[in-house]
Amino acid sequence: MSVSVQEADFDSGNEIAALSAGRDDVGAVASFVGLVRADKAEGEASTVAAVKAMTLEHYPGMTEKALQEIVVQAQARWELLGVRVIHRVGRLLPGDRIVFVAVASSHRGDAFAACEFIMDYLKTRAPFWKKEETPQGGHWVDARDSDDAAAERWSGCAQ
Amino acid sequence: MTIKVLFFAGLREALGVGAESLALPSGVSTAGALRDHLATRGDPWVALATTRNLRVAVNQQMVGLDAAVKSGDEVAFFPPVTGG
Repeated sequence: MSVSVQEADFDSGNEIAALSAGRDDVGAVASFVGLVRADKAEGEASTVAAVKAMTLEHYPGMTEKALQEIVVQAQARWELLGVRVIHRVGRLLPGDRIVFVAVASSHRGDAFAACEFIMDYLKTRAPFWKKEETPQGGHWVDARDSDDAAAERWSGCAQ
Repeated sequence: MTIKVLFFAGLREALGVGAESLALPSGVSTAGALRDHLATRGDPWVALATTRNLRVAVNQQMVGLDAAVKSGDEVAFFPPVTGG
């Protein structure tokens, strides 16, 4: 299990390959890559991007602990052979990779479920904040109720 | 003995400060009481009382506002997280 918070970009292919390198018990690797999305301004032509860039702030020290805790919870729920989480911080542009989660397991079911669980929990429990740069100036992104709901649904399904 | 208080994101900007150390005020024994104490400093500190769904972490663990706070602790206040 490995967790990184970094400014640098990452290579998804290398990260996925590393999870099964040198072992023959991995039957499935599920992965997720989150990208910076250039949401369009309301009522504008579809070519006008409202978001020019965003800056990710975090809580050094707590961030890494929170991510590790989420991975530990995933390991307690599913049979996992490896987990890799990378979250970028600093200034990012539309299209940039921002977050990476990959989970290795013997079978796809555990890998798919754990990957989604880690993302849902990361969204609501890891101390990152996005500030968007728009033509109207900078503004902090509001948390979404749908993210809370996504994380909440896992609490009802005992493994 | 002092406590370290941290602020992040929009709250940090509203307050104009990211961190400070202060002596634990007498009578303050929870994160919520600390929040209330700091908010009485007046503008812009009232932002601590008006931030919607204010979150708090004590010693880098997310907790409720009723969590205990004691000398030597690191207490962080911030808006709901928006990573991922």
